[in-house]
Amino acid sequence: MAVATKDAGAVEYTVRTRDVVKEYVMGKVTVRALNGVTLDIYRGEYLSIMGPSGSGKSTLFNMIGGLDKPSSGSVFIDETDMAQLDASELAWLRCRKIGYIFQTFNLIPVMTALENVTLPMIFAGATSDEMLDRGKELLELVGLGDRLHHKPMELSGGQQQRVAIARSLANDPAIVLADEPTGNLDLKTGKEIITLLKQLNTERGVTIISATHDLKMLDVSDRIVWIRDGQVERVESRESVKLAVGEVEGEEAG
Amino acid sequence: MSRVQTKGVEKQISLPWREAFRISMRSIVIRFGRAIITVSGVVLGIAFLMSVLTSALASSASGMEMDAAVRARQAWLVAMSIIVCGVGIMNSMFMSVTERFREIGTMKCLGALDSFVVRLFLIESGLMGVVGSLAGILLGFVSMALATSVRRGFGWVAHIRGDQLLEYLAFSMAVGVIVSIAAAIPPAVRAARMPPAAALRIEI
Repeated sequence: MAVATKDAGAVEYTVRTRDVVKEYVMGKVTVRALNGVTLDIYRGEYLSIMGPSGSGKSTLFNMIGGLDKPSSGSVFIDETDMAQLDASELAWLRCRKIGYIFQTFNLIPVMTALENVTLPMIFAGATSDEMLDRGKELLELVGLGDRLHHKPMELSGGQQQRVAIARSLANDPAIVLADEPTGNLDLKTGKEIITLLKQLNTERGVTIISATHDLKMLDVSDRIVWIRDGQVERVESRESVKLAVGEVEGEEAG
Repeated sequence: MSRVQTKGVEKQISLPWREAFRISMRSIVIRFGRAIITVSGVVLGIAFLMSVLTSALASSASGMEMDAAVRARQAWLVAMSIIVCGVGIMNSMFMSVTERFREIGTMKCLGALDSFVVRLFLIESGLMGVVGSLAGILLGFVSMALATSVRRGFGWVAHIRGDQLLEYLAFSMAVGVIVSIAAAIPPAVRAARMPPAAALRIEI
């Protein structure tokens, strides 16, 4: 458990996978989306999972995020084996320990920004006052203090994603999972979102795991996991990645 | 966080009824067009029920007994119309679940238990049932009262038995709400089974 004494060299892991395999049976064909992935993710790091479509990136993401169970192998979140958890324990995990950010923002259309951010708090049983205070605080943190009562359809894509980021932090999770967070955003807005995520990572120490194609994400990641054909091709740290980012249409791309 | 430690806290996910009602009401309002269609099914079914009951009221107010065979046939017709109305609600709710896959998946990612999803859908349907029943009762009573009065004049209205009226009102209301909630159960169960990963899908 995390409370054990730490010596100078010990590292804490938030997520560990051991030889995870995921197979999908589609009629007569069995597709192996993941072919034995073993990965350790440190507490407080910013990790990007990169790979082409069909590489198993999304499947791995689902495993790490507790959204799906592997066909074989294990996933440990904070030293807890996911396979041992029942439905309500999994729900608890998703409510309290993990925050999610989606490519399509996924805000509830019938609720205002503040209500969207406080929804996970309702599930966690917070009182009305706590929820409102914390919700406002989080929305101010992401720069939307003046749009508390706007509905998603009244917000731009970048603003909706900011609300989604605020929502992901609602119950002070240990891990934030971002699935293509900049996928539906233009270059400039995407860059703002990435900067915001990095800021949250450094200031709050929350582990951020992101599955993405976006090369702008490379710049802020502590480590990058390249995945191909259901296996980890390589894991590299930011220093070892050579990046030269140029200009696009007169605007700086990165 | 070992398994032993979580045992005590696993019940700490909750969806208070007040919040559930709030969310369900908003969901109805935002899909108002669809809600109108669903509700009109209830309105018509309950209106038919109420109109049959009203003619029974008129008969007893005028001191006449209705023929047993006529009553049996009417009961059968009403039962059929209520079933059709229930099927319509079920169909409409199934469509609603399919369209809202991403919303449901997202709620699961935020920590919602399956039972919360069921609760939200049943409340939605129940609310539409209440509104539809009220409208149906009014429509059924008024239309049958007018039709009856064309032949017999309005005199009988004064002689309506209060207890009988109340009984029929309560019965119509109960039928409308119960059918609405029951018809929403299969779609609600389907919604509850939606996996959280549905939130990540790009299309239906």
